[in-house]
Amino acid sequence: MWNSFKFVKEGWIDSYMVSKMSSKMVGSNNLAHAKRMVQQLRVEASIERIKVSKASADLMRYCGENAKYDPLLMGIPASENPFKDKKPCTIL
Amino acid sequence: MLCKKNQGETTNTLKAESESLKAKLEEERAKLHDVELHQVAEKIDALGQFVMKTRRTLKGHGNKVLCMDWCRDKRRIVSSSQDGKVIVWDAYTTNKEHAVTMPCTWVMACAYAPSGCAVACGGLDNKCSVYPLSLDKNENLAAKKKSVAMHTNYLSSCSFTNSDMQILTSSGDGTCALWDVESGQLLQSFHGHSADVLSLDLAPSETGNTFVSGGCDKKANVWDMRSGQNVQSFETHESDINNVKYYPSGDAFATGSDDATCRLYDLRADREVAIYSKDSIIFGASSVDFSLSGRLLFAGYNDYTINVWDVLKGTRVAILFGHENRVSTVRVSPDGTAFCSGSWDNTLRIWA
Repeated sequence: MWNSFKFVKEGWIDSYMVSKMSSKMVGSNNLAHAKRMVQQLRVEASIERIKVSKASADLMRYCGENAKYDPLLMGIPASENPFKDKKPCTIL
Repeated sequence: MLCKKNQGETTNTLKAESESLKAKLEEERAKLHDVELHQVAEKIDALGQFVMKTRRTLKGHGNKVLCMDWCRDKRRIVSSSQDGKVIVWDAYTTNKEHAVTMPCTWVMACAYAPSGCAVACGGLDNKCSVYPLSLDKNENLAAKKKSVAMHTNYLSSCSFTNSDMQILTSSGDGTCALWDVESGQLLQSFHGHSADVLSLDLAPSETGNTFVSGGCDKKANVWDMRSGQNVQSFETHESDINNVKYYPSGDAFATGSDDATCRLYDLRADREVAIYSKDSIIFGASSVDFSLSGRLLFAGYNDYTINVWDVLKGTRVAILFGHENRVSTVRVSPDGTAFCSGSWDNTLRIWA
């Protein structure tokens, strides 16, 4: 059983309208579940990590290098943006 | 066969190991937490005033817009709605180019194929179907429909991989899955969430075969597409994660949640590095997307607004009004010139 079901929880639709799902592994076999949890945590614990200072510097560098190519950040003139309306031109 | 007592002891030993591994994980992560992202970002200039306006309004859906996606040609858009309709628009002219009526309501997911020649969609029918787009406007698109994915609960999100040949799906059944479009065969399934999966996003192609998913279990999981292995997991949100999106470099991803915050997680630091929140923002964030450089985060909220955040400094730089109901989806165009928002007010807006 899920502990939350988005649509029913939000009251968007009645529960009978949605297909019920079959009970999943969670809760049906405690031993198997516990083994899987431990295996999963071993995988997660073993990855290599870097310091937040280094990770932050890299994120900032990426932003800096690509800022000039970012139209929403830099603002581009109406003549170059297909969504911005051009000034009406007068035909002489 | 283990007798009950032995089985109980083994479960307890495993539980204890579980707890100690979790503690070790937290300890390792904490060791590397030497500074905050916004502190490192103090030395860069603040962003100026942003003027972003609605440039186009796409009207035509008869009910809530739930999802949208851009075509790689930067002008076409596919959108899906609670009323079962999937519409393909030319965003420059606001003309509707194609319309399909799905056999179900609440079409929560839609995606454009990389070639621009097909769209995928699904929702309460528990499936993901692909419709090839015909140049002949009179052709009945529904006739060529191909059912690809089958879940045991609603389809919440779908995305083509780098080609038209494979689709990745997420579902209310708690799983994600990778499918072959031609045969409908399940290529890989991803188990690990303990509640509805609401969103997924593929890593930018340069960074390899991973994707991130987020769901009602408040977790964001990163997966290896080939092995099906959950390689990293983040659980700092206080409520459902409605949307996940990779930072353009692939080194991080952002989330939007019912806890009224958006957060940034760095994959190499293996932790949350920023929270985008304000005391005045109390409604859930339904959808997030980055501008091309990753400096701006656009987030749509259930209070009808779109907030624009400075990703590095953690501050809000703009608040956009216009929609008359919840914003359900926000996507930046492929060339970054505009972004599109879809709403429960039945419309889509293009902002630039």
